[in-house]
Amino acid sequence: MEAVIINWLLEPLQYGFVTRALLAAVIVGIVCPVVGTYIVLRGMAFLGDALAHTILPGVVAAYLLGWPLAVGALIMGVVTAVGIGALSARGRIKEDTAIGVIFAGLFALGVAMLSAAGSYTVDLAHFLFGNLLGVTTADLWLTAVLSFIVLATVALFFKEFLVITFDSVLAQTLRLPTTFLRYLLLILLAVTIVISLQVVGIALVMALLVTPAAAASMLTHRMAPLMGVAAAIGAFSGAVGVYVSFYLDIASGPAVVLVATAVFIIVYLLAPGRGVVWQHV
Amino acid sequence: MAHEPETPALQFAGVSVAYAPGGNGHTAVNSHQYALENVTFQVGQGERIAVVGPNGAGKSTLFKLIVGLIKPSQGQIAIFGHKPSGHICIAYVPQRSEVDWSFPATVEDVVMMGRVGQIGLLRWPRKADWQAVHRSLKRVNADHLAKKQIGELSGGQQQRVFIARALAQEARLLLLDEPLAGLDVPNQQAIFAILDSLRPDGVTVLVATHDLDLAADRFDKMMLLNKRIVAFNIPTAVLTTDNLLQAYGGHMRVVSTENNGTLALADTCCSGGDV
Repeated sequence: MEAVIINWLLEPLQYGFVTRALLAAVIVGIVCPVVGTYIVLRGMAFLGDALAHTILPGVVAAYLLGWPLAVGALIMGVVTAVGIGALSARGRIKEDTAIGVIFAGLFALGVAMLSAAGSYTVDLAHFLFGNLLGVTTADLWLTAVLSFIVLATVALFFKEFLVITFDSVLAQTLRLPTTFLRYLLLILLAVTIVISLQVVGIALVMALLVTPAAAASMLTHRMAPLMGVAAAIGAFSGAVGVYVSFYLDIASGPAVVLVATAVFIIVYLLAPGRGVVWQHV
Repeated sequence: MAHEPETPALQFAGVSVAYAPGGNGHTAVNSHQYALENVTFQVGQGERIAVVGPNGAGKSTLFKLIVGLIKPSQGQIAIFGHKPSGHICIAYVPQRSEVDWSFPATVEDVVMMGRVGQIGLLRWPRKADWQAVHRSLKRVNADHLAKKQIGELSGGQQQRVFIARALAQEARLLLLDEPLAGLDVPNQQAIFAILDSLRPDGVTVLVATHDLDLAADRFDKMMLLNKRIVAFNIPTAVLTTDNLLQAYGGHMRVVSTENNGTLALADTCCSGGDV
C-alpha cells in the first residue's frame, strides 16, 4: 500500500516540467498568502484584483518584445500601484472608483494588444489562468529570488506593517513613514502578483492572496502565526493542486485554487470554536 | 526631543481648520465652514483637561491637529515648544468603536505596537521592550490579560489596554477620545485611578467626553468647545448657564440652583460619539 502511494507521488516527478511546476506552485503558495494577509486585514481585495488585471499590458508588451514576462509585469505593476495611490490621494475621485477606471482601461488595453498580435486565444488563456506546466528553469529562479525579496521585506518591516494595518493614527503618532510604507506594501503586492502569474494567472491570483489568509484567520489570533498557517495552506494547495491537475487532467491554475477553496470551506465549517459547525454544537 | 519643564505642553495660537467637504477637492473658506475657528489656548505640563461640547463641535478635529493627522488652515500649534510632527511622545487612545477588535493581535501585541517608535526601523523587539510592555500592563492592572486576543476583552479592559499602549509609548501628552462612554462606574473609576497615577510623572492628559458631571468632578480644567472655544477654565467657571447655552444652544436644558450655580439636565442632541 505504501509503495503504491509513494509511486503515485513520485511518478509525475519523472517529468521535469511537473517538478518545476510543483516547485513554482509551492513557492507561490507560500508568498501569496503572506502578502494576502495584509490584503484581507486591510480590506484591499478589490485593489489586489485590479492590480492583477492592470499588469496585462505590461505582460503582453514583454511577450511581444521577447523579454521575460516578469519584467514587463513588474514595471506595469509598480506603475499602477503608485498610480492608484497617487490618484486616490488627491481626493477628487473615491479610491474604488479610481481603481475601477484604471483596472478596466489597462486590462482592455492588454487584451487589445494581444488581439492585434495574432495568437489570441491560447496566449490569453495562459495569461488569465496561468501556464504552470510551461515554467522554465529560468522562470523558477526568478520566482525564487523575487519570493525571497518579498518575504525578507515583510520580515524587515513586520512591526511597521502591523501598526499601519491595525491603527493608522498610531502610525502617525509614532512618526512612522506611513506614505512610504503604504507604497511599499502596494509594490510588494505587485511583485507577488507577478510571480503568481504563471501559476494561477491574472484571473485567479486573488484566490491565492485571499483564500488561505481568510482560512488561517479562523484558526489563529496572532499576526505571525496567521501568516504561517496561511502560507502552509497555500503551499499545500499548490502541491496538491499540481497532483490533481496531473491525475485528473484539469488545468493546473484552477486545480490549485480549487484545493485552496476546499481547505477554506473545511476550515470555515470545522474551525475549533469559530467554525459554523462548532457554533451549532 | 528634550522638554523644558517650563514650556507649556500644548499651545494653540489662532488656529482654524476649514472643512474640505466630501472629498470633492474644493476647500471652503466661507466663515460658516470651519471645523475649528480661531482657537487659542495653552495647557501646562501635567494638567488634566476635559474637552466637552456637542457633536460636531470640533473635538476630534482638535485631537487630529495635535496628533498631526491634519494641518491647520491658519494659526500655529506648538507641542512642548516644537512643531507637532517632531514628537513621538503624543499618544492617542481611540474611541472603542473605531478599533477593529477582531484583528489578529493579543493584548501584548497591541501594547508592543506602542514601542515601535522606540525600537526603530529594521529591528525586532528586544527583552527591554517586552519588559516595558509588561510594566505598562501591570500599571493598568491588565498583565493577566497579556495573552488574550483583544476581542475577548470587556469594554473596561479594552480601554485599559489601550492606555497601557500609550504608557509603553512613553507618552508625555495623552489624548483619550470618549474613554468613559459605555463604561459602568467601577470601570470609569479604574480609568481615573490610572490617570491619577500618571500625575506624579507630569503626564498631560486631554479627555474628550460627553459626560459633563465627570468632567466637572475629575478634571483640573474644562474646555467647552463649539467650533471655537466658548470657555476654558476651572469647571465651576466654565459651567455657567450662558456658556452652556452658547455651546449647546437649544439642545440643553439648564437649571440654575442655589449652591453651585448651574445644573445641566440633558444633552438631548448628543448621545453620539459611541456609534
